[in-house]
Amino acid sequence: MEVSDHKTDLPTAAPKQRRRARFSLEKATPYLAIAPFYLLFLVFGLFPILFSGYLALSKWDGIGQIQFTGWTNLQRLAQDTDFWLSLKNTVLIWALGTFPMLFLALVLAFMLSLKMFKHKETLKALLFLPNITSVVAITILFGLIFSNLDGLANGLLHLVGLKSINWLTSPNWVRVVIASVNIWQYTGYNMIIYLTGIARISKDYNEAAQMDGANNRQIFWKITVPQLKPIILFTVMMSTIGGLQVFSEAQVLVPSGATPQGGAMTIVYYLYNTAFTNHQFGYGSTIAWGLVALIVLFSALNWYITTKRIQGVK
Amino acid sequence: MTRIMHGSIRLFVGIAVLLSLFPFYWMLVMASKQNSEIYRTPPSLMIGNQLWHNIQAVIAQTSFFHALFNTLFIAITSTVLVLFFDSLAGFAFAKLHFRGQAFLFAFLLGTMMIPGQLNIIPSFYLMDKLGWVGSYKALIIPGMANAFGIFWIKQYCTDTIPDSLLEAAKLDGCSTFRIYWSIALPIMRPALAFLALFSFMGSWNDYMWPLIILNDEAKYTLMLALTQLKGIYSVNYPLVITGTLLATLPLLVLFIFFSKQLISGITDGAVKE
Repeated sequence: MEVSDHKTDLPTAAPKQRRRARFSLEKATPYLAIAPFYLLFLVFGLFPILFSGYLALSKWDGIGQIQFTGWTNLQRLAQDTDFWLSLKNTVLIWALGTFPMLFLALVLAFMLSLKMFKHKETLKALLFLPNITSVVAITILFGLIFSNLDGLANGLLHLVGLKSINWLTSPNWVRVVIASVNIWQYTGYNMIIYLTGIARISKDYNEAAQMDGANNRQIFWKITVPQLKPIILFTVMMSTIGGLQVFSEAQVLVPSGATPQGGAMTIVYYLYNTAFTNHQFGYGSTIAWGLVALIVLFSALNWYITTKRIQGVK
Repeated sequence: MTRIMHGSIRLFVGIAVLLSLFPFYWMLVMASKQNSEIYRTPPSLMIGNQLWHNIQAVIAQTSFFHALFNTLFIAITSTVLVLFFDSLAGFAFAKLHFRGQAFLFAFLLGTMMIPGQLNIIPSFYLMDKLGWVGSYKALIIPGMANAFGIFWIKQYCTDTIPDSLLEAAKLDGCSTFRIYWSIALPIMRPALAFLALFSFMGSWNDYMWPLIILNDEAKYTLMLALTQLKGIYSVNYPLVITGTLLATLPLLVLFIFFSKQLISGITDGAVKE
């Protein structure tokens, strides 16, 4: 490809210029080709962002006049216990889901990368399968499995002589249920990403370690994990950004009567309720900006911690 | 020692595969029973004989096919538009030369960093002003040229389409659009396959934005119809879960045919990051 490039450029400057002149008739084509994206972004991306900055400092019920109220909304946000409780719920759900999920994905990727498996592609596909299902469908299913009264989960608890658990009404357990939806759906996806990374680790490392008598556990902790550091960081960042925006799982599981005290109210769910149920579009936008500030903060924090932690392992 | 090690690794992977498949099986188990059979303790793991009956009930008592048709319409229309606009722009960024190209592309990548949640409320305002609330236009048009897809196609074109081929076509007097349509597009097919799957599934599974935009039940997508079904028949588990199973089935079929493209697409994506 590169070579042919040079070949066509080899002739003297004259024909090149002539060629350029001929194609100037079509000078506008590239801009026309990329224009749709920029036009759409201008209307449906840039305008909403700017407008949401204005809305965040205003009061608006969705129908009447928008009243600019300045910093009032920000003061309200700082003192809004419901917002901070929703934040707590979101962070707990994220932590309960992300860490087991990424660790499991890493272990599975490591195991599948060993030479012992014959049908590797099939195993990969089967482990990835949960990722293609819709959050709504899978949350409905998990809601029935973890139903308070007669779901499979409580049935199994009875079977081993334990008492049933009010999965969906206990703040702690409902977070576990939401986290388990995420774990089920994203472990295989992250495993695929880790497998890509493992395939790029030089074989020499593993062979040298094996010669020195290292077992799989040592290879995993001393070679695989440190070598995958950038990819682990990437998945932690992606999971954090996704985790802070959890909505569908919570809303489908606890559709009405959800309260921040109930455990399932996430920040985006609170934003949705504030704007589209209580018609406080101004304050809803303030929550959105609060969420974005948190995403930026968490990403930075994650970067810092993950970088440090994995260096520690090394 | 290694035999025990290998055995436990096999066991671990085996359990993981079972756990990832079990919910699908359990969906089938619940969808194949009568309501009264479901509440039994200890729970039975066997498939019942009511599946066909439950499917008929879902079709008769809910507007399942209507919602399926709506979803297919939205997903297919969006996907076709995304494929066209993204491949055109991706091709332009990869193979055409124009002023401001580098800046425009960096700008495009930058837009991917903007969190979607910021847009929900003001976008709703905008849709209201445009009169698009309740209309599929609000679900299809804003996303029909997206940064991710353009980036994806651009990378693929840069890697696979030889410049010499395009030069030759130019010398033969082909217009740029003609070159894109007849030469570049066929070469891009594998990248388009992944983008199509990705976009179709995203559209099929989308929940929050349709929930906000669609206010008329006749226009509901499958996902909205499902949550509505869950609300109405909260005590009739088999009916709810049969609906869920039917809504999941098309994606499972898609996966059986295209799992390779999907997984290798994600793999390529990870490499590029």
